[in-house]
Amino acid sequence: MRGGVFVGGAVLMLAMAGGGFVRGTVARGENASPVLAQPAAAATSQAKTMEVKIDNFKFGPEALTVPVGTTVTWTNRDDIPHTVVSTEGVFKSKVLDTDEKFSFTFAKAGAYDYFCSIHPKMVGKVIVQ
Amino acid sequence: MSKKDEILHDHDLIATVAQDATGGHDGIDRRGFLKCMAWAGTGALCVMQGGVLKSYALGTPGSRAAKASAGELSFVQISDSHMGFNKPANTDVAGTLKAAVDKINGLSTAPEFMLHTGDISHLSKPEEFDAVDQILKSASAKDVFFVPGEHDVLNDDGKQYLERYAKQSHGQGWYSFEKKGVHFIGLVNVMNLKAGGLGSLGAEQIAWIEKDVKSLKSSTPIVVFAHIPLWTVYPEWGWGTQDSAQALALLKKFGSVTVLNGHIHQIMQKVEGNVTFHTACSTAFPQPAPGKADSPGPMKVPADQLRGVLGITDVNSVHGSHSLAVTDSSLV
Repeated sequence: MRGGVFVGGAVLMLAMAGGGFVRGTVARGENASPVLAQPAAAATSQAKTMEVKIDNFKFGPEALTVPVGTTVTWTNRDDIPHTVVSTEGVFKSKVLDTDEKFSFTFAKAGAYDYFCSIHPKMVGKVIVQ
Repeated sequence: MSKKDEILHDHDLIATVAQDATGGHDGIDRRGFLKCMAWAGTGALCVMQGGVLKSYALGTPGSRAAKASAGELSFVQISDSHMGFNKPANTDVAGTLKAAVDKINGLSTAPEFMLHTGDISHLSKPEEFDAVDQILKSASAKDVFFVPGEHDVLNDDGKQYLERYAKQSHGQGWYSFEKKGVHFIGLVNVMNLKAGGLGSLGAEQIAWIEKDVKSLKSSTPIVVFAHIPLWTVYPEWGWGTQDSAQALALLKKFGSVTVLNGHIHQIMQKVEGNVTFHTACSTAFPQPAPGKADSPGPMKVPADQLRGVLGITDVNSVHGSHSLAVTDSSLV
């Protein structure tokens, strides 16, 4: 369940990274303050994002080293569904069909092993420093 | 063409080799023979494009296997219907499943029931299961015994699968039943998979198997069915079950054990002592031969060849005969 909360946060951050999208949404409110929106946008622009592609039943790159606070987004580019599941239970995606994505923000340093729970031969690692 | 290739592409020859090997007087190295049998499926696929392929269990002379079609018990195995899949390898998996049902309804001996060895659905969606159930209703054989594939237990640890297909089962969906003196064991090896590992049965299920077969006579023919192969086909692609040897060891006393699997979307067989292993074609899309592609993903073949690499498996048993006759037919 905790994983689910993290996922929600990660998706929100991604949306905000879209910049104009967030401001546009906020501006629809009558009392929307651009001053309020800007710090949020500034904060996310500092956060790093990284991509992992799933191709041919492999995570690419298989090992990824990122700074604390990085959001990693996995994209399934196979014709077969995959999952992204932390071996230690830190994060767990729903099943990802073709072109679907999963994001997770790594707030703490450490080594995070993960695998595809449907095809457990598929393994990967995120090292957070 | 190497000698191995010749064997692979002539299934009659494989059957002959099988008989010779049981006779034990032909000088064929047993290890080499098993390897040949393990790869037979690859060649069998080629033969199938011409129509029907016959695979005989070890020790069943061809003529006897042919007679077996008028046997005591006849059932059909279908597998990997992947309802919901819509990628280029097959944009009409409902159509090919219907073709499989037509094939079943056209068999000379009407099967009494069907086994579905998993990956019923592609994404475990209720509408995918509904579509399969609807299509299978038009089969002449009304009873279907299922085991789950990994695509059937996504997101909910198999809750929906159990509710639909395995209400009377034990643990996470395993069960057994008897039909005309043959003991069937449906196993689950797609749950709780561990990082880096293969398919897994787990200690609880293995303990159950031991109890399940304890009181059976050693002359009882056994049919074991499960999704992922219960022998190591190609570990690099996860095509095997890590604790299958423990389960099979419990079946050593039986004279005839037939293991039917799916998952790899192609025919392969292997004979080891009293055990005949067989994997069935998918009704949805083919997958590459082990190591013959970058990944085990769906293989796109020319549209006019697709039904030649999809199929069903017909199994017959005759009283007094130890082995079952396993016959694969393409959807052409």
